[in-house]
Amino acid sequence: MIHVFAFYLFASIVVASGAMTILARNPVHSVLWLILAFFNAAGLMLLLGAEFIAMLLILVYVGAVAVLFLFVVMMLNIDFARLRAGFARYLPFGLLIAAVLLAEIVLAIGVWSFGDLGPDTRMATIDPDVPNIEAIGRALYDRYLLVFEGAGIVLLVAMVGAIVLTQRERAGVRPQNIGKQIRRRPEDATRNTQPEVGEGVEL
Amino acid sequence: MIGLGHYLVVSAILFVMGVLGIFLNRKNIIIILMAIELILLSVNINLVAFSAFLGDVVGQVFAMFVLTVAAGEAAIGLAILVIYFRGHGNISVDDPSRMKG
Repeated sequence: MIHVFAFYLFASIVVASGAMTILARNPVHSVLWLILAFFNAAGLMLLLGAEFIAMLLILVYVGAVAVLFLFVVMMLNIDFARLRAGFARYLPFGLLIAAVLLAEIVLAIGVWSFGDLGPDTRMATIDPDVPNIEAIGRALYDRYLLVFEGAGIVLLVAMVGAIVLTQRERAGVRPQNIGKQIRRRPEDATRNTQPEVGEGVEL
Repeated sequence: MIGLGHYLVVSAILFVMGVLGIFLNRKNIIIILMAIELILLSVNINLVAFSAFLGDVVGQVFAMFVLTVAAGEAAIGLAILVIYFRGHGNISVDDPSRMKG
């Protein structure tokens, strides 16, 4: 009973906040609705017994991606009113396409049923005695090790790409020349002199 | 009782909402990126639902990879957005053909 209640609670909030994400006037509100959608999707995944993915969703999406969005939205000074021009013009056509797409998907879900899938067709059967995170780790570091390394490379390339794209040479600044600083020796920079009393030092 | 179909319908609604968001906010590329995140979230719900109901943990492993790609895509997309804004002073994607080099 509580399971059914929790499912409908999480599902309704995730759908409502998804709708508010695309309909909100202010993009900052959009990001906040997106965060709410991610939290409730994590709740749905908890109900399904995927604890690790649920926590990962909160860590990665709410902790990193949503904050990145919020940062960019607040950093750029954008005239959002102008960007909403054409919203009403696209609304009927967009709703039509969305309705057709949703009807098709729900129809497909309605007529679809599980085929004959025996236990031997599974790659890594879920064992109720093994914790979720341990089961994922066993599959990830064994059969899917190569894909895991590939995911790491994807993240590395994304990081390098983001840095390369946003880096720029600023004009009119005097940056530190580290090579010149390291090449400098004490004998180039200092000099011992013994000036006579009353005389200055010629520099 | 909540079955696989319920989760698939929630995921389908979320997916369609992402597509609708791309349609409605054609000029605001930030909302478009958020709509893409919604689509990837619905894909994740789908993968995890099938994983749970088939009793196979591989769906959750692949949900993790989708999460990785989503994070990388958001970072690159927002980086492109920032340099576009720096060059034009706005993020209107009416004429992205100006974006060169």
